[in-house]
Amino acid sequence: MADFLADYLPILVFLGIAGGIAVVMVAASWFIAPQRPYGDKADAYECGFEAFDDARSRFDVRFYLVAILFIIFDLEVAFLFPWAVSLGKIGIFGFWSMVVFLGLLTIGFVYEWRKGALEWE
Amino acid sequence: MTHLDLIAFAPELLMAAAILVFILFGAFTGDKAARPVAIAAVVAMLIAAFLVANQGTDDGNFFNNLVAINDFTGAAKILILLVSAASLFLALPHIARDINKRFEFPLLYLFATLGMMILVSAQDLMTLYLGLELMSLSLYVLAALRRELVRASEAGLKYFVLGALSSGMILYGSSIIYGYSGATNFDLIAGALTASDGNNIGLLVGLVFVIAGLAFKVSAVPFHMWTPDVYQGAPAAVTAFFAGAPKLAAMMVFVRVLVGPFGDLTAQWQQVIALISMASMILGAFAALNQRNIKRLMAYSSIANMGYALIGLAAGTPEGVQGLMAYMTIYAVMTLGTFAVIMLMRREDRPLENIEDLAGLINQKPRMAAAMIIMMFSLSGIPPLAGFFGKLMVFMAAINEGSSLMIALAVVGALTSVVAAFYYLRIIKLMVFDPQPDELDHKDAREWSITAGVAAALLIVLTLGFQHLHAWFVGASAVLFTG
Amino acid sequence: MAIAALSFYVFAFITLFAAVNVIFARNPVHSVLFLILSFFSSAGLFVLMGAEFLAMVLVIVYVGAVAVLFLFVVMMLDVEVVASRKGVARYASVGGLVGGLLLVELVLIVGGRVGGLPNQTAAPVLPIPEMAERTNTQALGDVLYTDYILLFQTAGMILLVAMVGAIVLTLRKRSGVKRQNIQKQTLRTIDEAVELKKVEPGSGL
Repeated sequence: MADFLADYLPILVFLGIAGGIAVVMVAASWFIAPQRPYGDKADAYECGFEAFDDARSRFDVRFYLVAILFIIFDLEVAFLFPWAVSLGKIGIFGFWSMVVFLGLLTIGFVYEWRKGALEWE
Repeated sequence: MTHLDLIAFAPELLMAAAILVFILFGAFTGDKAARPVAIAAVVAMLIAAFLVANQGTDDGNFFNNLVAINDFTGAAKILILLVSAASLFLALPHIARDINKRFEFPLLYLFATLGMMILVSAQDLMTLYLGLELMSLSLYVLAALRRELVRASEAGLKYFVLGALSSGMILYGSSIIYGYSGATNFDLIAGALTASDGNNIGLLVGLVFVIAGLAFKVSAVPFHMWTPDVYQGAPAAVTAFFAGAPKLAAMMVFVRVLVGPFGDLTAQWQQVIALISMASMILGAFAALNQRNIKRLMAYSSIANMGYALIGLAAGTPEGVQGLMAYMTIYAVMTLGTFAVIMLMRREDRPLENIEDLAGLINQKPRMAAAMIIMMFSLSGIPPLAGFFGKLMVFMAAINEGSSLMIALAVVGALTSVVAAFYYLRIIKLMVFDPQPDELDHKDAREWSITAGVAAALLIVLTLGFQHLHAWFVGASAVLFTG
Repeated sequence: MAIAALSFYVFAFITLFAAVNVIFARNPVHSVLFLILSFFSSAGLFVLMGAEFLAMVLVIVYVGAVAVLFLFVVMMLDVEVVASRKGVARYASVGGLVGGLLLVELVLIVGGRVGGLPNQTAAPVLPIPEMAERTNTQALGDVLYTDYILLFQTAGMILLVAMVGAIVLTLRKRSGVKRQNIQKQTLRTIDEAVELKKVEPGSGL
């Protein structure tokens, strides 16, 4: 079991370096740079307006529809990976099993296309 | 997989094929398809029920032991399909009026029913979970389908959040059961339980989580909070569906899980089920007393009814399971009939929901009032109507089981029946003796009148033919207790 | 082995830290970002358990798609940060009670584990193959599409319900919006699109 974990060592090292650099950069600017905060520094720059309200405004529900349709097909693709690597073993039955599954989602795809869910008005 | 698997699962395959054909048909014809699809869906459900009844294969496990086909699952599927078909039939006029003619509406009924069929056939925790999700997801969407109404959206959201929580509990419980038995298959779990020699605390904790999750689905106290709001918020036709088939399916899977793999732990889960049952009966009876909205009233009524049905499960005997099946069947008929009458309550083509609107009904619509009176008498368990036999069977099962806990349960059941009879009889009093405020609509949708009439007739016929129903359930429940 | 143990503790700590912060972060967007962090570190834990494929799916599906969806939802709801904290004190006691009960149950399970190991007397239905022979992903693929075809296709049906449900609940046709009809556009011929007019010099059109 532990053998394959060695394969992941580079990724661990990478994560360590990435985390280390991120921490060092923030910490270094915190400790080394001069810190003299005062109120005017947070104001809008020169001719800029004061902010009217929050920058975070409501999103349209259509974004949500696109995102959820994306998730569904993302999951479908996730099912394809194990199928692809063991297709040799599961043979023709496994092949058609996946074709039926893809067929189900293709019918869903035809449905959403016809409903106009893929159009951006 | 062999062709035997496919033959054994022919009704489910038929339902799935129907769904796919209807999706494509609807996608290309648009919302004109709503009514044809709905009618075709009813027919598909009836054909599937026919297929289940005439299943040519031997009993046994199929699809690599993922599902079981036997007399019990067959009976459960027939009941579910018939109740679903009746609910969709009941919803036909709605498709023209309130649901904006969406062809997805009947499709979601089909999806949910397919989920229920897989659910009751489950012989493995994974099948159980997937069937449950297929059913629940369709129901969440149905609850929120009229999204322009705030109350419908609220109902959908509440149902979804609490339903997701209960699914999470079932999943968590299943993972604990898997961890302690090393299997998700019911037979293997039963084997591990037998081999454990009493060292089964882990399995028991897992089982408690699964029970909690399933109790959510049958809306038993203390997991009932969503029921009144969802019943009130969803359109009446959808509420009729929620109250019938999914409850039936969840109850049947309750029986299959507890009596099947966990039969050895009967003494342990009996206490849990008895507690849930007692709480449901008490809360259902008392909380309904001051409800003015008839849909909320029916919600509490269904909570109480789940309590009575669970008495049969708590007994843990073949007799108890037969009682549960009979009770749920009769309950489904009564609920559908009552909702048909509720949907007939319209004034100026707007649905009414207050029980006062039923006042003086007997003068304007004597036949509808007569049907409602039969329904209410049956719900309150007054002989000789079928509702009485359902209650009688579960109470008898509890008393014959003999432990003091079960006898206490039967006593509580009898007492709460008396309390519940008060609000059912109050509706009859309103209809018969009170003056009518305004006339209801004269033109009634045929489907509603037919359903109300058939349900009322069934309650009487079931009384006369109760032996046949009983014999069917005796045969169906026998398979659960052979192993 | 020491590195594996160390990484387990690091990932477990980050997962818990992030999970706690999902609940306690004041800004819902920060909550989502912490959620992503906890997904990531759970993926690390999965790898340590040998479930490589699940780890990768966790990153692809949850971090890549679900977290984005969560961000959309948070943006869409426009949650007022202060208002959402009002109920905390009211429900703390009930929530604490339920949480406490769950904790007791968990401790009981751990207790059962200490008293006697789980009674997995039955031989495993599907033993995990040696990593050198079949990789994790292959081992899943070997059974998922054949032995468990019923579950696989049921999952397909569930995805279909999700698709239908999402469209039914969110898609609305707006009136008065000009849509692009690409087929109509490309089928347009010169005759329809352009009209040649003979204009006499000196006179208008």
